[in-house]
Amino acid sequence: MDNLTYYIQQLLTGVTVGGQYALIAIGYTMVYGILRLINFAHGDIFMAAGFFMVYASATLPLYISLPLTLLLTVILGVAVERIAYKPLRQAPRMSIMISAIGVSYLLQNFATYYTGGLPRPYPKLPFIGDIIQIGSVTTSWVTIITPLLTLALVAGLVALIKYTKMGMAMRAVSRDFETAQLMGIKINNVISMTFVIGSFLAAVASVLFFSKYTTVTPTIGAMPGLKAFVAAVFGGIGSVPGAVVGAFVIGICENIIKAMGYTTFSDAFTFVLLILVLIFKPTGLFGEKTTEKV
Amino acid sequence: MKTKTKTILSAVLILLLLAAVWLADQLLPASSIVLTVLRKGAIYSLIAVSLNLLNGFTGLFSLGHAGFMLIGAYTYAILTIPVEMRDSVYMYYDGGIINFALPVPVALLLSGVLAGLFGFLIGLPVLRLKSDYLAIATLGFAEIIRALVQFDGFGPVTNGSNVLRSFPVFHSTLFPFVVSGLCIAIICLLINSSYGRAFKAIRDDEVAAEAMGINLFKHKEMALVTSAFFAGIGGALLVMFQMMVQARAFTSAMTYEILLIVVIGGIGSVTGSIIASFLFIACSEWWLRFLDSTMVINGFTVPFLRPGFRMVVFSVVIMFVVLFYRQGIMGSREFSLERIYQFCRRRFGKAGKEAENHE
Repeated sequence: MDNLTYYIQQLLTGVTVGGQYALIAIGYTMVYGILRLINFAHGDIFMAAGFFMVYASATLPLYISLPLTLLLTVILGVAVERIAYKPLRQAPRMSIMISAIGVSYLLQNFATYYTGGLPRPYPKLPFIGDIIQIGSVTTSWVTIITPLLTLALVAGLVALIKYTKMGMAMRAVSRDFETAQLMGIKINNVISMTFVIGSFLAAVASVLFFSKYTTVTPTIGAMPGLKAFVAAVFGGIGSVPGAVVGAFVIGICENIIKAMGYTTFSDAFTFVLLILVLIFKPTGLFGEKTTEKV
Repeated sequence: MKTKTKTILSAVLILLLLAAVWLADQLLPASSIVLTVLRKGAIYSLIAVSLNLLNGFTGLFSLGHAGFMLIGAYTYAILTIPVEMRDSVYMYYDGGIINFALPVPVALLLSGVLAGLFGFLIGLPVLRLKSDYLAIATLGFAEIIRALVQFDGFGPVTNGSNVLRSFPVFHSTLFPFVVSGLCIAIICLLINSSYGRAFKAIRDDEVAAEAMGINLFKHKEMALVTSAFFAGIGGALLVMFQMMVQARAFTSAMTYEILLIVVIGGIGSVTGSIIASFLFIACSEWWLRFLDSTMVINGFTVPFLRPGFRMVVFSVVIMFVVLFYRQGIMGSREFSLERIYQFCRRRFGKAGKEAENHE
């Protein structure tokens, strides 16, 4: 019986982690869908959101610091796009990817400098960190809230993409960049909007993530970032529901592997999955087929 | 300039360089920062050139270099730790299961071979992928390798996540120069051969290259294996320099750093990568060190200076290069005597002609 409780607990953790990966993965998948760019800096934006919260909540009450964190993260995301990606729009794809890596390097180094390289304790948030007891399973509210909040946000996002004018513009740009431009769509606004959404979701993910892991370090974004990216590829990059499904699969599998006692392999599993997907179904679960143009 | 004079001049220059390195070794104290920069710069040159072979010359955007270096580093360390030291190094694993030590050159070669073998295996599935997928897949492989090396079950071989040390290291700065120099020379020969031309054709247009009868997979695999081989040797040299090795250090951040060196030097330029490596190491180890310590001038404390600022300045400079100076130092050109000779002739052409007239 104890064993069962243990596995249920691990499964719940898996769902929570999956939800957090899903929120990060959406940022990757949307940017890739529109710019065909792997935004290597996205994991670091997630990290930066953690630090914004640490510093904001040191002086401000929660009802100000939380929205402020979300706002600052969004500003950072859009600023990165404007400064590092926009000038390279006509450049070969490799250059813009290198630029993304450079941004990631810069953000990590800046965070190390600003914090002195020490891990910072994340503020304790009321309510969502509280422990609850369901039957024999002990867990915290964040475990319950994360998947629900994720699904709600994703539903909202899908509706936005499907039914609003902005969403339509996004779909048009991701289908054909240049034609969309010729049709009078303001490409730069659409791209900025993509980064706004991606960064916002990353900030939400960071609040949920750190209320459980409680310390923020400058390099903490790398692993969740990579895993969320794998989730995006697994679900078919460019597809929002795909990214969410992929993230939940990865989160759950990873925690099952951890529960079985192979913690070392939980990271490796993600990448094995990535390579298997790339070999057998490079377009992912829900990805669009592309044909090579000469 | 005649070919013969060029060869002689190059040989003389190389000998002069080696002599200068040897002199530096003799004259400077062993702890001198110049020697550190020279050694590490030489090692990074090899690693950067091997990455450039993939990214710059074959157009394969690979981010798995840290993984290949890790394999080379561990192979070298595991195979050369003297038998009598094994008990203390593998203290958690009863002295490990390997009870022999190979001589340094053999182990160096083997570290390259093993890294190359891994490159071959990784290439089989991965090289079918297109640019950005290739980048993540290789990144993923590097992470898997790192996880496996740290796995406790392999402890008797890899020492798990503990440090490996006590293996033979080099004490002369000439050693990394000679080894790196030889390896880079081999890479240059490959680049200038018909294979190298095939690599460049693949980089410029894959479809056209295939139409011209180039076997895409074979050539990509060849580039990847060669690159992995030399990255492995580079990794082995790096741990010889550091005198210890731990898998934790070989993260994707290391690959990024080398990639940025390649970008600064110019994607597709061997000499560019070498120059950039020495510059990068000199800046990070030496010239920009002062940014990390507080400075007080006439009682005025210079703002911002404190540990970590160096890396911030550094990354800002790198972003500038990436955004506004995309060619890097050399672009895709090479540093060559011929070019300098032509430049001098054009620049001082008048004087040259007069001299000729006198004769």
